[in-house]
Amino acid sequence: MALLEVTNLGIAFGGLQAVSQLDMKIEKGHLYGLIGPNGAGKTTVFNMLTGVYKPTEGDIILDGKNITGKSPEKICKAGIARTFQNIRLFDKLTVLDNVKAGLHNQIEYGAITGVLRLPSYFRKEKAMDERAMELLKIFHLEQEAHLPASSLPYGKQRKLEIARALATNPKLLLLDEPAAGMNPHETEELMETVRFVKEHFKIAILLIEHDMNFVMGICEHITVLDYGRVIASGTGDQVRNNPKVIAAYLGGD
Amino acid sequence: MKKLCDRFTGLNKNTKRDLANYLIVVVAFVIMQIAVSGGFLSNSLQGLLVPICAYVVMAISLTLIVGILGELSLGHGAFMSIGAFSGVLCTIATEQSIPSDGMRLFLGFVVGTVMAALLGLLIGIPVLRLKGDYLAIVTLAFGEIVKNVMNVLYVGMDANGIRAAIDDEAKLNLAEDGQVIISGAMGVASGRKIATFAIGIVLILVSLFVVQNLVRSRTGRAIMAIRDNRIAAQAMGLNVTKYKLIAFTISAALAGAAGVLYGHNYSAFQASKFDYNMSIQILLFVVLGGMSSFRGAMISATILTILPEMLRGMKDYRMLIYAVVLIVIMIFNQSPKMIQWREATLQKLPKIPFLSKDTAKGGK
Ligand SMILES: Nc1ncnc2c1ncn2[C@@H]1O[C@H](COP(=O)(O)OP(=O)(O)OP(=O)(O)O)[C@@H](O)[C@H]1O
Ligand SMILES: [Mg+2]
Repeated sequence: MALLEVTNLGIAFGGLQAVSQLDMKIEKGHLYGLIGPNGAGKTTVFNMLTGVYKPTEGDIILDGKNITGKSPEKICKAGIARTFQNIRLFDKLTVLDNVKAGLHNQIEYGAITGVLRLPSYFRKEKAMDERAMELLKIFHLEQEAHLPASSLPYGKQRKLEIARALATNPKLLLLDEPAAGMNPHETEELMETVRFVKEHFKIAILLIEHDMNFVMGICEHITVLDYGRVIASGTGDQVRNNPKVIAAYLGGD
Repeated sequence: MKKLCDRFTGLNKNTKRDLANYLIVVVAFVIMQIAVSGGFLSNSLQGLLVPICAYVVMAISLTLIVGILGELSLGHGAFMSIGAFSGVLCTIATEQSIPSDGMRLFLGFVVGTVMAALLGLLIGIPVLRLKGDYLAIVTLAFGEIVKNVMNVLYVGMDANGIRAAIDDEAKLNLAEDGQVIISGAMGVASGRKIATFAIGIVLILVSLFVVQNLVRSRTGRAIMAIRDNRIAAQAMGLNVTKYKLIAFTISAALAGAAGVLYGHNYSAFQASKFDYNMSIQILLFVVLGGMSSFRGAMISATILTILPEMLRGMKDYRMLIYAVVLIVIMIFNQSPKMIQWREATLQKLPKIPFLSKDTAKGGK
């Protein structure tokens, strides 16, 4: 059985049908790409998968469990984590604390334990620090651990978002334009890291990206959206040569 | 001593900053004690010592909502009111059964704090769904509602127990030997002045302990994450409502405790004391203190409570000077140039551990 099974998913904002009849299957341990022209509905798909928007039709099944229309909090606990196209970090918290906030449901203790600093407070905080530093190291952010997140340059902020999402221990990781605003060197490095993360954590990754080299370079399977509908789906080569895809990208509006 | 100093310098900067705050409070206490026993303090300033403690706790409490949770509350005086009235009611009602003042006051603190916390929880559930301006307006209305209810509430006690009524003292139906404790708009008229400066200082230390440890815990991190980005916080699996409620309830509880302290410093006080003006005043302490700095809030609460008293001789110029001081504090705490200057100056100072650059910035 597939890790994520999406059937006939759709959403309308008033009169605008932003996404319709979307079918998608995601297997454990694979890398998927979601591409399409601006306004095609890619981010909207992420927002439905993570509970930010409630779909008006269709089903989302994660690991055999129907999570359609559940709250973002429940969906995170069920095993989907994400990053945001317009970076959403906890700006005033340190880089380390951003990741520790992601560990919130992984290492737990209550408010009273925290205020009274019972022995388990120190134990769990230490465990959190260690786990968070491990994640930061993967993204070469350990030097910046104690800086406020907002002080990081753009590229590092994107990496921190991925580290924070990984901290929630997801089965499926959604990346919304992870390479946006990065220079070619940083993009190259990010591709390596994304591959590493997939192997190391044995999770599935679905990513939205406009950088075709990036998508073609690492995604095993690509779905192309245009006007909220799937117009093609398959390997990089299959998609690249599909006339509908060429038309969508060249034809503009 | 050397060893202690070394251990202190070895701590991380947040811990240092927190410890420095306790130290500042204790040092302030010692200085004031010396001033009092040496007769350096005027009577009116001495009378302000306990209220200052109460306002400092209020400022700490509201900083939790405004600076840490990032929401605006304009009705914080209401929680202080509930704490003051229920605490005083408790100490008066138990006068026969518990002879020790200390024990009764302790019980008063428990009752006042719990009552305010319950009210905070109750009001927080519907109110915290609102955001920004809407929340501010509703908390403002809440403060006025509490004030108006307390204005018509009568509570009395006789051999049969405690009774409450709305609107009219006669409705209490007290027996001959009965005693009215809370008397509508007249408030409490036979209060017990059993609060002391030392108790006030202990309350400040306890409040600091609660909020500072909270902020450095998993719960505090969740609260601040929600402040910084609600959507991302939800996506990370945080229960937004739960953590907003926790912050709001703890803040209400501390405000209740401040009210108990305040109420036991006067033989008489009225509900009208805890009105809109009081809530705004406390918000002023928090804003001038730098919004999310407990230290800043404590300092501005102290200065702005003493100031009107010091300026009493200036008559007409009093409010003018008060306003100028407000502006100066604002610039000192908020202007980037000033903050830079402060840091540079502090670096030139000899290395006293708790005044070194890391710790002296407050919550910045
Ligand atoms: N909350 C909303 N209310 C109304 N319309 C919306 C909403 N969210 C998205 N849309 C519309 O849905 C369509 C798809 O938007 P979406 O953000 O998913 O595009 P995208 O494929 O991510 O584009 P881009 O590559 O520019 O990020 C757009 O026409 C957008 O205006
Ligand atoms: Mg998008």
